[in-house]
Amino acid sequence: MSEIALSRLKETFGEAILETHSYLGDDTAVVAPEQWRNVCRFLREDSVLQFDMFIDLCGVDYPDREPRMEVVAHLVSTTKNHRVRIKTRVGDSEMDGAELDSVTSIWPGADWLEREVYDMSGVTFRGHPDLRRILMYPEFVGHPLRKDYPAQKTQPLVPYRTEEEAGLPLEKLAPFREDEGMSFGRKDWTRSHGEPVTGDGVGLRSGGSHGAD
Amino acid sequence: MSETTGGHRTVTLDGNEAGFATTKLDALLNWARKNSLFQYPFATACCGMEFFSVAGPKYDIARFGAEAPRFSPRQADLLWVVGTISQRQAPVLRRIYEQMMEPKWVMAFGTCASCGGFYDNYTTVPGIDKIIPCDVYIPGCPPRPEAVLDGLMLLQAKITHGNRTPEIVKPREDPAQKYGNGSPSQNSNVTVRRSKGGEIIGGGHS
Ligand code: SF4
Repeated sequence: MSEIALSRLKETFGEAILETHSYLGDDTAVVAPEQWRNVCRFLREDSVLQFDMFIDLCGVDYPDREPRMEVVAHLVSTTKNHRVRIKTRVGDSEMDGAELDSVTSIWPGADWLEREVYDMSGVTFRGHPDLRRILMYPEFVGHPLRKDYPAQKTQPLVPYRTEEEAGLPLEKLAPFREDEGMSFGRKDWTRSHGEPVTGDGVGLRSGGSHGAD
Repeated sequence: MSETTGGHRTVTLDGNEAGFATTKLDALLNWARKNSLFQYPFATACCGMEFFSVAGPKYDIARFGAEAPRFSPRQADLLWVVGTISQRQAPVLRRIYEQMMEPKWVMAFGTCASCGGFYDNYTTVPGIDKIIPCDVYIPGCPPRPEAVLDGLMLLQAKITHGNRTPEIVKPREDPAQKYGNGSPSQNSNVTVRRSKGGEIIGGGHS
């Protein structure tokens, strides 16, 4: 729908647009991280494009790629009625150098979304006015949506009661085992990469069905 | 006027007579407590919707004397934990519990509060009993209001007997199972749907 955005970007930034593709009406441009803020400012201010609304920002971890962390932004123009998705890739395998320029000066609405990506994926946004965790608590160590964060690892703020204190078993009898009966083995990634699976006080659950009781 | 049945003497007073009844103070107190539970609803997630339903006129929790929510834990004696408790909320929940006056009871409303539900990861406390004592667990995601009322009645029975052992609400008998082997009687309002092969595919009230 907004292939015009892709062609305008390529005209203006040339080499800094690493790749583009359009699939089922979704247009995507992958841009060099150094040009992130310039590309954003252009998309917002260009009279043809006018992307005035910052919809979403997220980090996607590809642990086997380099750079490893993909940062994805979705933009909408409410005046021109078109959309675009822009991506960039940062961070080596240890997530060193995972830094981007903040775009809060372009869209103030990016503030909390950048904090979320910082919290969940550990990308640092240079120039952000208040970069701290937004979902997890300040005591939390690590970034839970990175693929190498152990799936079972919890970091309780309140020490759990022991069975002696409670005077009864705290593990529930459940029809499910460690993988909750799921066929796809949700903890395989950490296992296959040799990380210890550290489950602190994680027990067996009975599954829920969220409303379909 | 008096009559004796099975060792108990039942006395009915005429209008102009006076009398008194004796009981144990504990039994009287427990009777008063179980019929005037002041609840603190700690509603954090989707189960909250089902809580409104229980509290509303259709299921009418007022029949059990538990209709008055207190939004100060100091005035409440029943803590309903309704929904998912995240690790971040855990200190708040424990503090609310500690602020309540004795005697106090706790109900885990729904699978998340009971055991964490399907949130088996870094975000969620795997059951409120990991941080505070719990008296009754109500399974379901979310539980139906009937199951919640079963849980409330179970708690009332436990208060009567001074029993603080945690218990889980058991499923009621499934009418489709009960009537599945024979045809429902004429008076029954339960219908059983069968597939062509004869096995039961569902049950419902007509
Ligand atoms: S048990 Fe189900 S309905 Fe209740 S809070 Fe958890 S996910 Fe929501």
